[in-house]
This record gives sequence, structure tokens and C-alpha cells, in this order.
Amino acid sequence: MEHVVAEIRRDHIANIIRDGKRVDGRGFDDYRPITIETDIGHKADGSALVKMGDTQVMAGIKLLLGQPFSDMPNSGVLTTNAELRPGASPTFEAGPPKPPTVEIARVVDRGIRESGAIDVDKLCITEGELCWIVFVDMHVLDYSGNLFDAGMLSSMAALLDTRLPKVEDGKIIYGEKTNNKLPIANKPVETTFAKIGSGVVLDPNLDEERVMDARLTVATDKSGDMCAMQKGGEGTFTPDEIFETVERGAKKAKELQKLLKD
Amino acid sequence: MKVGTPEKFIVKGKRLDGRAPDEIRPIKIEAGVLKRADGSARVEWGGNIAVAACYGPREVHPRHMAKPDKAVLRINYNMAPFSVSDRKRPGTDRRSMEISKVTSEALEPVVFTHLYPNTAIDVFVEILNAAAGTRCTGITAASVAIADAGIPMKDLVPACAAGKVGGEIVVDLCDIEDNFGEADLPMAIIPRTGDISLLQMDGNFTPSEFKKAFEMAKTGCEQVYKVQMDALRNKYGKME
Repeated sequence: MEHVVAEIRRDHIANIIRDGKRVDGRGFDDYRPITIETDIGHKADGSALVKMGDTQVMAGIKLLLGQPFSDMPNSGVLTTNAELRPGASPTFEAGPPKPPTVEIARVVDRGIRESGAIDVDKLCITEGELCWIVFVDMHVLDYSGNLFDAGMLSSMAALLDTRLPKVEDGKIIYGEKTNNKLPIANKPVETTFAKIGSGVVLDPNLDEERVMDARLTVATDKSGDMCAMQKGGEGTFTPDEIFETVERGAKKAKELQKLLKD
Repeated sequence: MKVGTPEKFIVKGKRLDGRAPDEIRPIKIEAGVLKRADGSARVEWGGNIAVAACYGPREVHPRHMAKPDKAVLRINYNMAPFSVSDRKRPGTDRRSMEISKVTSEALEPVVFTHLYPNTAIDVFVEILNAAAGTRCTGITAASVAIADAGIPMKDLVPACAAGKVGGEIVVDLCDIEDNFGEADLPMAIIPRTGDISLLQMDGNFTPSEFKKAFEMAKTGCEQVYKVQMDALRNKYGKME
């Protein structure tokens, strides 16, 4: 199901962006208010609920024991998954994941993986035989735009919140957590910009996301390096817009990283 | 006896989590927690966390499910992968299909579906943390979400379970009691009429035990009902 946006609304959003303003009164580089709540449910090994304006994403971490991949016998395994639950928007439907869902999961996965956010070598227990498998599950509860940034932030907050479960004889003892954290080596965040007419704005809200021509997500690690990027939407960016956006993204990334507590 | 069964479930009148046999776990309900849904609710009950989102009345998809004389009420129960000890594979399984069905049937009697023929009222229940009693938490949440969506209802539907642990009848089973207990009786009632709209049972009860458990679950439901009403009053009571 598609959501229809009135032509007049579309024009209005684009027009005021041309005048340097936004529909909700924010500046071009402003996030909506962000809150991060961790340790939501005790069954998850780590969890976080991120609210970014009216968008709500909960991420939960489950740790399982399994076998390392044969080409990486000394490393643990990371799996990232997203679910756009039908309760989060009247336009979402139940069923197998659709391309937008897979895209969110994969872009967040790349941000975590490529930045080395988890030191996967420390997740190996016995070479080639036993390692930790880290499941990052993003559960979108309320969709009001910009799931990439909220999804990434909730995933990192949940990973930082994670405590390893107790293990005896190669088996997990559920319900007994240790004080050991995951080996977190980096704090990547993602910043997403929407191009609407002539302007490029950070953290598109629902209205802006519906009318945007194109989208650019930049993942930045704690040293300010880029670790992933994704362009989306049917429109295009000019090279100058890209360079400028990456720079703006790196600046905002520092603010987001401050919200992630160790 | 299953491995890990506690030696005693009740010591000096107190259960493993310190409750009396007829005491339900702390429950907190908030209405209107989601922006995009037409109505929503969040229920925290013991360790359970459920968020329900309601849409409708709206167009029915797939169309052949539409009923010419009333709205179809569809409750979809879904567990988050991280809500349980062993990660749950995302998606529908037989258990969640059954719970979705009995939950829909538990709420159907109170919703004025005949006012909205050829439409759907959809409720999506997300279990974010499971600690025994998720279907009761889900029904409790779904019912507040439908009310929050402004859909006419005869009453709210609270749910609560009772069961048997170590030979004793107790209300609102916790995780260990649920795993190692001898019986479980989840129930939903329509408080204004006293009718029962959901009743399931597994395990073993004598007739007198069943009667006792039934009464306990009913009393539990009545307590939950008050919290549901307060949640709606908190959101709408102050409105002009």
C-alpha cells in the first residue's frame, strides 16, 4: 500500500526548503529530539529503544553459540535483521521482508561490520568449532521517517548494553548473565539526508521522506572516518552535494556518538 | 519431573517471586504510545512488555476476507526475536497463529463490528519481552488499543491466567511457575456481563481445583480491568 501525498503539500515542503526552512521548523542540520533507553527487556542479552521524533525503533541482541564460518575459523558471527512491523505504519504489511526492510538491515549491518564495531576475533571460543553468534534484531515500532539512523543508533546502544550470558560445558545457561560486555571496538553511527528540490536536509521526517527525490546515508566511525554509505531514491545527487553531505554527516555523527554510553 | 523443577513453589505462603498465591504481578498500562497507528497501548506486566497498534476500520486486504455484514477483526500476535531466552525465528509460527486466532475471538464480542461492514479492524500485538502470560498481556493491550482508536466497544477485555504449581492454585504465573507448573488457565472476561471470551487450559486440574483457579483468574481479570480503565482515563479524562 502506498501513501498518497497531496500535490499542494509536496509543493509546500519543497518551497519552504528553498527558502531555507523546514515544515517542522528545524534547521537543515537538526535532528528531531532523540532519546535512548536501554535494558528494556531482560530476555534480550542487550536492548535499546530509540525515539527520534515520532519514530520508534527497538533493537534487541541475542547471543547464541555456534560454529565459525569455515573461511573465518577464528571469528565470531554477526547477523543483522530488521522487521518493519505492521503496527508501525498503516502502509506496512505482514509477511516476508520486502526490499526496503532488507536495505535497512544491510546498511546498518555494513556500518557495524565495516567499522569493526565488534571485535569478532574475540568472539571465537574454540578455533573452527565454537564461537558467539551475535543477532542484532531491529524491531520498528512506529515509522515516522529515517529508520536508518534510528535503527543504527538502537543497534549500537543495544550492543553496548549487552552482557554475555553464562556458559557451562559449551552451553548457554539462560537467565544468568555475566558482567562481561561484548568486545566493542568502535561506535559507528549513521546520518541520513534527504534531497528535496534544491535542498539537502538531515533526518527527514515522514512528510519529507515521502516527497524526497533522493536519500543519502553516511556511516561514520568514532575517528570521523566513513565506514558505509548508501544512496537511495529515484533522484540524483551532484558530486558537490555528496561531498558537502558527507562532511555535514561526519559533524553530526560526533553528536550522535555522544549519546551512546559505554 | 523436568530438570530444573524447584523443590518447592511456595514457602511460608510466599511464591518464588515473593507474591501471595492470589496476588498478580505489578501491571502498568499506557494508551496512545504510537503516532502512526489509529490507536495504541503499551502494557508492562511482570516482565512482559507488549505494544499493540490498532488500525481501522479500513479497507480489507485480501479482499475475499471482507464480510458484507460486519467488519473483520484481526488480531496479529507477534513475538520479537529477542523477547525470549532462545532467539525466536522471526515470522509466523503455529503457536502465534493460534494465539492470534483466540485473541481475535476474545475481542470480537465487545467490538461493534456490524457498524462497519466490508472493512477490517487490524490490531498488531508486539511482544518485546516475554515472561509467562504473553497472550494475556497481548489481549489486555489490544483491547486498550482498539478503545484508543475510537472504535465503539461494549466493554474492555482484560485477561489473566491462573494455574497450579506444586499442588497449589495461584494466579498470574511467573516464568518458573509456567515452565514447571502442573496447569495453566489463561482467561479473558467481559466485566460488564461477566461473560468469558477466552478460555484455554493445559495441564491437570481436579474439578475443585479448576473452580478455584477459575475464580482466581476472574479476580485477576477484574484487577487488570481497573488498570485498563485508568489508562484510558489518564489519556482522555483531562480532555475538554
